[in-house]
Amino acid sequence: MRVELVEAAVDPGALLSAFIAGRRETGAVVSFTGLARADGGETTALELEAYPGFTEAEIARIAAAAAERFGLQDALVVHRTGRIAPGEPIVFVAAAAAHRRAAFEAADHLMDFLKSRAPFWKKRHGPGGEAWIEPSAGDYRDAQRWERQETRRP
Amino acid sequence: MARVRLFGPLRDLAGWREREVEAASLAALRHALAREDAVLGAALDGPGVQAAVDRTIVRGDAALSPASEVAFLPPMSGG
Repeated sequence: MRVELVEAAVDPGALLSAFIAGRRETGAVVSFTGLARADGGETTALELEAYPGFTEAEIARIAAAAAERFGLQDALVVHRTGRIAPGEPIVFVAAAAAHRRAAFEAADHLMDFLKSRAPFWKKRHGPGGEAWIEPSAGDYRDAQRWERQETRRP
Repeated sequence: MARVRLFGPLRDLAGWREREVEAASLAALRHALAREDAVLGAALDGPGVQAAVDRTIVRGDAALSPASEVAFLPPMSGG
């Protein structure tokens, strides 16, 4: 299980290849890459702020909970901080499991919790100025659905 | 004395990111900050704002030592 905050651009392909390499008991790896959107020109850059030390620890807690719930063999979360241009990856998540369902659900679960429960603050810069972005009602609903729904274990 | 850190919109609102404040408890610290800057004081009590003392989320009051680090965390938005 690995959690990393990085200021430089990330290469999701290289992260995925390294995550997959050398596994003999893993049947499924699911990865997700979140990109910064231009929003039709409204966003020229995103600025991500973290609380170094605390943010990694909270993400590790979220990842450990997902690993336990879905029976993951391994997980990787790489999150950018600082200034991010449209088209650049903000977040990369990978989940490894013996079977695909656990890997799909764990990656989905990890992202839902990262969106609204990981300690990041996101500012949008654009032609109209700058504004902090709060999680949407949908983001909170996405995280809440895991409180109701029980997953099927293989 | 405690080291106070503000994140996200709170630091833009206050116009500072980090400073030392004389306070023996979290409640006293909130009071001291609110006395100086009423708008910030209200924002620290606002919806979804959490406080962490030495990187642990605290609900209610907590004692502070001179080495304590208090962080005010507005609603979080990653990914």
